[in-house]
Amino acid sequence: MRDARGDLRRPVGLRLWLSGGWLTLLVLGAVFAPWIAPKDPLMQDLFLGRLPPFWESGTEPGFWLGTDSLGRDVLSRMLYGARLALEVAMIAGTLTCIIGAALGLIAGYYRGWPDRIISRFVDIWMAFPPVLFAILLIAVLGPGLWSIIIAIVVIDWTRFARVIRAEAMSQGAMDYVASAQVAGRKRFGTMLTEILPNVLPTIVVLLTLEMGIAVIVEAILSFVNLSISTDSPTWGGMIAEGRTSVHQAWWVLVFPLIALFLTVLSFSQLGEGLKDRFDPVLR
Amino acid sequence: MKSFLSIRNLSVRLKNGSPILRSVSLDVAAGQVHGLVGESGAGKSMIGKAVLGTLPRALSVSGGEIWLDGTDLMSLPPAERRRRIGATAALIPQDPLTALNPSKRIGPQITRRLVDILGWSKQDAQDRALELLGEVHIPDPARVMRNYPHELSGGMRQRILIASAFAAEPRLIIADEPTTALDVTVQKQILRLIADMQTRHGTALLFVTHDLGVVSKVCDTLSVLYAGKVVEEARMHRFFMRPIHPYSAALLAATPTYTDPTGSLTPVSQEVIDGVEAEVAQHDARRAR
Repeated sequence: MRDARGDLRRPVGLRLWLSGGWLTLLVLGAVFAPWIAPKDPLMQDLFLGRLPPFWESGTEPGFWLGTDSLGRDVLSRMLYGARLALEVAMIAGTLTCIIGAALGLIAGYYRGWPDRIISRFVDIWMAFPPVLFAILLIAVLGPGLWSIIIAIVVIDWTRFARVIRAEAMSQGAMDYVASAQVAGRKRFGTMLTEILPNVLPTIVVLLTLEMGIAVIVEAILSFVNLSISTDSPTWGGMIAEGRTSVHQAWWVLVFPLIALFLTVLSFSQLGEGLKDRFDPVLR
Repeated sequence: MKSFLSIRNLSVRLKNGSPILRSVSLDVAAGQVHGLVGESGAGKSMIGKAVLGTLPRALSVSGGEIWLDGTDLMSLPPAERRRRIGATAALIPQDPLTALNPSKRIGPQITRRLVDILGWSKQDAQDRALELLGEVHIPDPARVMRNYPHELSGGMRQRILIASAFAAEPRLIIADEPTTALDVTVQKQILRLIADMQTRHGTALLFVTHDLGVVSKVCDTLSVLYAGKVVEEARMHRFFMRPIHPYSAALLAATPTYTDPTGSLTPVSQEVIDGVEAEVAQHDARRAR
């Protein structure tokens, strides 16, 4: 009666390799930006304005991805922009996750009045248009890294709360939770030891998804010039600047856009890949 | 014989007031097996859940007493009640697929009970768990202890749940349709296993099922439930020889037999249903007055 199901091992998928690879590259680039950036990201030189990327004619050595209309190096600005994008992704993503998941877990497992309060809050919250809400918040808080992070947390905790609440509810109805209660375990303990491990794969997916969303939100806020001080390079800011000169210098718009796209995609794929890997049950 | 579990006039209601259990009384003697039969929706499982304190949120006990080992559970404060239940009773659940935590290995799921309830050391619990898994005929227990639930078949999982129910030597086990989710060949083994374990450990067992065939194999006494009302409580032999209530008789007649494979199924007649429905209505009317 030896069960072969125990022998199943899943290989690390291509998805995990690609997304993990891009994010690793990005993290390294962001961390070591001061050493590897070919130029000072803030240095302007109007004589070197709108240089094309290296494979086209009329470039200057050292400006790999060209320059913008003020002559600032696109690659260097992207590397520094990645710092902000990743900072926001990590901090805002994690905070949103902790707050939203905790509230969702409590609502879904305890039900009753905690659920009613939290759920009504979520309903009301979700009726606000998120981007306007964020802009309003930043306008009140003033621009800056922590304002962006707070704005993202305040807008997005509802996503976690909703999904985790539903998951916790369905797990809470399982017999193993009843068994734990029959064994005289405390409700709070049961929530942590029985429910939490089973919603963890979902939390991981949501967390990485949220990091991607945080990157986008940061880009949107930079795009409308509400991010951090205007002289620090941000992907959103670069896209906004590139937009005005897209016919003369497409690279100023396109490279940050590609970086943004790949990063957001990688975050979501990383989540899916990790879930497949760490979920003990093949769902 | 003195009863270990004695339920007196237990009523359970939905939050909106509609009755689920109607003044149920039944007794399970120490070391004996009591069957609880009825059609689906009759409230069989709810009796078990009421005893264990795991009623769904929408239901609540509206009256009656549950005497467990000489103490009325309903008179205890909730924390004390939970502790008391944990120390004396355990559950063999219906669906082995949802009764083990999918994210934890088998070992800790069994040893946890021993550590929690009996205050044993991890090592003692570990040894005991291995021994129990051997007792429920699981090959290579040491390996299974390290497996996750999804790596095992339904029959294996049900064996593990049986082992885990008996682990802390409870004096009452509630088996809630323990064989319903299994296929027929495995059902028989599991049934024999539960009966063996029950005899060996001398545990009182409340056996919830809809299968009279199963009841006839393992139970000493039984209660027949209809719409949350006990229509007949009897000793096994008497029940199968001479069922008193017409509904019980009709249920018995409806049980298909293996010895007569060509015989058609006998449904419970409308007359009998009307009769027992009238009793239930009468009961409700009496309560309403």
